[in-house]
Amino acid sequence: MDFERFIFYVFAAILIFAAARVITVRNPVHAALHLVLAFFTCAGLWLLLEAEFLAITLVLVYVGAVMVLFLFVVMMLDINTSPLREGFIRYLPVGLGVAALIVMEMYLVVRARNFGADSVAIPARHPEGYSNVREIGSVLYTDYVYPFEIAAVILLVAIIAAIALTMRKRPETKSQNPAEQVAVKARERVRVVEMKAEKKQ
Amino acid sequence: MIALSDYLILAAILFGLSVAGIFLNRKNVIILLMAIELMLLAVNMNFIAFSYFLGDTAGQVFVFFILTVAAAEAAIGLAILVVLFRNRQTINVQDLDTLKG
Repeated sequence: MDFERFIFYVFAAILIFAAARVITVRNPVHAALHLVLAFFTCAGLWLLLEAEFLAITLVLVYVGAVMVLFLFVVMMLDINTSPLREGFIRYLPVGLGVAALIVMEMYLVVRARNFGADSVAIPARHPEGYSNVREIGSVLYTDYVYPFEIAAVILLVAIIAAIALTMRKRPETKSQNPAEQVAVKARERVRVVEMKAEKKQ
Repeated sequence: MIALSDYLILAAILFGLSVAGIFLNRKNVIILLMAIELMLLAVNMNFIAFSYFLGDTAGQVFVFFILTVAAAEAAIGLAILVVLFRNRQTINVQDLDTLKG
């Protein structure tokens, strides 16, 4: 067993362990942290596949942004998990059965006879100095520039939607209205009252 | 050396685990969202494995777009979850029966 295969098996074992923990742990915070572990090991496997840019993107975007968002929401909501666990044992056989069925079916398609080293040749490693980022950039900004722009618009829509969904006006909070403050005139602030001088008594 | 089928089988197992997660945690919306993220990860692994073994960069570009859409989906999903919890004080799927579905 060469070193690359050893690395692959170690990472695969960690990945499957972390994924199994995500779906079985009681505490959602622990589930989120195991999902972080799964993303990290998957990034390691992607490095093995020479997809360096996407591996780094996975760590930066998923572990750095999406999972932090998940953790933030999980900790903010303060959920009572015991009623959410009801039916876990009841659905365990059917869940595992369906999952096993899916894995079996996929295995029949992707097993070594169809996609093994004999059918799909293992490509040679790229030479030193090869840049995966340059490779992706050269197609992303030429052939895929239109989808790239649409992806940017999708992100913008997601930002606006997330903010619009969670924004609310509380009646008890006090806030300033800058437009009203700027538009105010002097005579609305000061009222000059004319009256006769009063005599000293 | 590692063959393409090894990566595909690993991704299939990951996908199967996340399907099982959807069955097991069918009341907890947060874990459901995490299971969906795991599914997308399995699909991305397939894309990258094919991209490497067939020598085509298009697979990696696809993964890039999937990551973008998944990030948007997670942000909106969690925003809906926060609004849901604020209005109903629960994230139990069983209690979300306002539409009488």
